[in-house]
Amino acid sequence: MKVLVPVKRVVDYNVKVRVKSDQTGVDLANVKMSMNPFCEIAVEEAVRLKEKGVATEVVAVSIGPVQAQETIRTALAMGADRGILIQTDEDLEPLAVAKLLAAVIGEEAPGIVVMGKQAIDGDNNAVGQMLAALLDWPQATFASKIEIAGDKAEVTREVDGGLQTLSVDLPAVVTADLRLNEPRYASLPNIMKAKKKPIDVKAPGDYGVDTAPRLKVLKVVEPPKRQGGAKVESAAELVSKLKNEAGVL
Amino acid sequence: MALDLETRNQLIETVRRFVTERLRPIEAQVAENDAVPDEIVAEMRELGLFGLTIPTEYGGLGLNMEEEVLVGIELGGASPAFRSAFGTNVGIGSQGLVMFGTDAQKEKYLAGIASGEIITSFALTEPEAGSDSAAVQTRAIRDGDVYVLNGAKRYITNANKAGLFTVMARSNPDIKGGGGVSALLVPRDLPGITIGKPEKKMGQQGAHICDVTFDNVRVPVENRLGAEGEGFKVAMQVLDRGRLHIASVCVGVAERLLRDCVAYAAERKQFGQPIANFQLVQGMIADCKTEALAAKALVMDAARQRDAGVNVTLEAAAAKYYASEMVGRVADRAVQIFGGAGYVADYGIERLYRDVRIFRIYEGTSQIQQVIIARETMKRGG
Ligand SMILES: Cc1cc2nc3c(=O)[nH]c(=O)nc-3n(C[C@H](O)[C@H](O)[C@H](O)COP(=O)(O)OP(=O)(O)OC[C@H]3O[C@@H](n4cnc5c(N)ncnc54)[C@H](O)[C@@H]3O)c2cc1C
Repeated sequence: MKVLVPVKRVVDYNVKVRVKSDQTGVDLANVKMSMNPFCEIAVEEAVRLKEKGVATEVVAVSIGPVQAQETIRTALAMGADRGILIQTDEDLEPLAVAKLLAAVIGEEAPGIVVMGKQAIDGDNNAVGQMLAALLDWPQATFASKIEIAGDKAEVTREVDGGLQTLSVDLPAVVTADLRLNEPRYASLPNIMKAKKKPIDVKAPGDYGVDTAPRLKVLKVVEPPKRQGGAKVESAAELVSKLKNEAGVL
Repeated sequence: MALDLETRNQLIETVRRFVTERLRPIEAQVAENDAVPDEIVAEMRELGLFGLTIPTEYGGLGLNMEEEVLVGIELGGASPAFRSAFGTNVGIGSQGLVMFGTDAQKEKYLAGIASGEIITSFALTEPEAGSDSAAVQTRAIRDGDVYVLNGAKRYITNANKAGLFTVMARSNPDIKGGGGVSALLVPRDLPGITIGKPEKKMGQQGAHICDVTFDNVRVPVENRLGAEGEGFKVAMQVLDRGRLHIASVCVGVAERLLRDCVAYAAERKQFGQPIANFQLVQGMIADCKTEALAAKALVMDAARQRDAGVNVTLEAAAAKYYASEMVGRVADRAVQIFGGAGYVADYGIERLYRDVRIFRIYEGTSQIQQVIIARETMKRGG
């Protein structure tokens, strides 16, 4: 079975992001970028499926600028077999990304798509669901466990107040939650070997899908500064403040 | 062969992440228990750290000197005791074999060294031969197709874990200096080898040194590295590379101390403001930064020259001398910037202050580096 894993290049999770002064977006100049952590979890899961003998090939797909090749290389170093880069300098919306992925999946015919539940830049949490709808495949989102048996996948989902277990027919789209696994460090020898694994470079135009934006960003602003805390003298004063100022009691 | 920039960056980035996420959080625990946990050593093995400098055909990474020092700088981000776990395999314990070994010798050991299955040690120092290392008294007397090894080595890093020693011993007692010394590969399991108890040290708890004694140990002649009488040359060439590695770790520790100092100075308030606002504190930060930059430039330049095939005996000695003295001054100022907290164990600064002291002593003391630098400078006429 072939596993397809979409991976996104985002601002590194350690970076404190800054909003551009003209409020059009986030400042990306000289900012460290790396693979979206949820995508990393998805790659790890795919590689584990391969190591278990369930999967035979892991294909990593990224849509983004030329530097997204580095993100694909990271996936290759972790154990993916080959990569596809759909190169574009535009910041595509979830629907456009889902359409492009659907077109790639049309060509690649994977047995399962494992992907992050969301990217930490836009936090849209949309591509997986849209992709499943476009393909008319079953979807299992927020997976914390994936077991594959024959042509079905049993997926445990983290939902409010507990765990839900679904059985979905394959092929399906599964999106990874934080606790699905702990991604490995790509070993140094594998980082060097990843250089020899193939990456196909394509353009959105190759797939003939309409990627025009549907949404307009009006402005991007910093969250309001948090007010400093206050010290109270007594429990009575605390209760009074919670009642009268915070209005929570 | 040098790595392309993208692969190199990814490699450095992975080491940095491992150091920050896995090693730094358990520094205090390692110092307390005087041991690097087995699971961390296993992770180091998986990551490939034991094979950094072992040629790729034996499963290592075959890093060139520039790449090795870049990794060394990253390793300085956590207690130097961690580096010691695989440091001998990367440096003094393996490089004699890499540089002078026959194909058969390499075939036998290098894959195990690269994977970390075999830990290596470099045994030069003796009770009576420290800085004057050409004066080794351990004897390796030829008897048919074996050398019979007798004597004692002192302060040998990783001796308690080693599976293979590179031992410098006098094979010709009639020649007093380095010319009478041969280098031998000595597997731990040969009869007659005793390893002493780990010494109690000033710093770098978790890294161990022990005495090693040889009592009629019969070492096959085919285990000799290089020609008979070439052992001192083997040792000196190994140390040339080792010194650049040590210098790079010094730079890394200095950079880490600087990050800690800057963070602390911004946080700690006195007289109603962060101490970072005081110019006298800024002066210390500026001196640390300037010296760290100078040391880094020296290390990088020497490493690149070595990769270009230039003899860097002078430059390696200068880099080791300057970088090790530099990190001592930086650690001292770090204690000062932290004030009382710098002297209290919880903050880890006093630990690093003790840890870095050894860099001015082993692989040639600062004085020995000065002697080498002066000798080479005079040879070159300036
Ligand atoms: C933690 C640790 C790890 C070590 N690991 C190893 C190892 O793995 N393998 C190994 O073989 N050795 C190892 N050593 C030994 C180390 O290399 C020696 O301690 C070092 O070379 C100094 O030798 P010494 O201790 O005998 O000092 P000495 O040579 O007795 O030096 C004492 C002082 O005299 C000075 N001095 C000596 N000669 C001169 C001179 N000609 N001119 C000016 N000053 C001089 C020195 O600079 C020093 O200040 C290790 C030591 C330590 C502490």
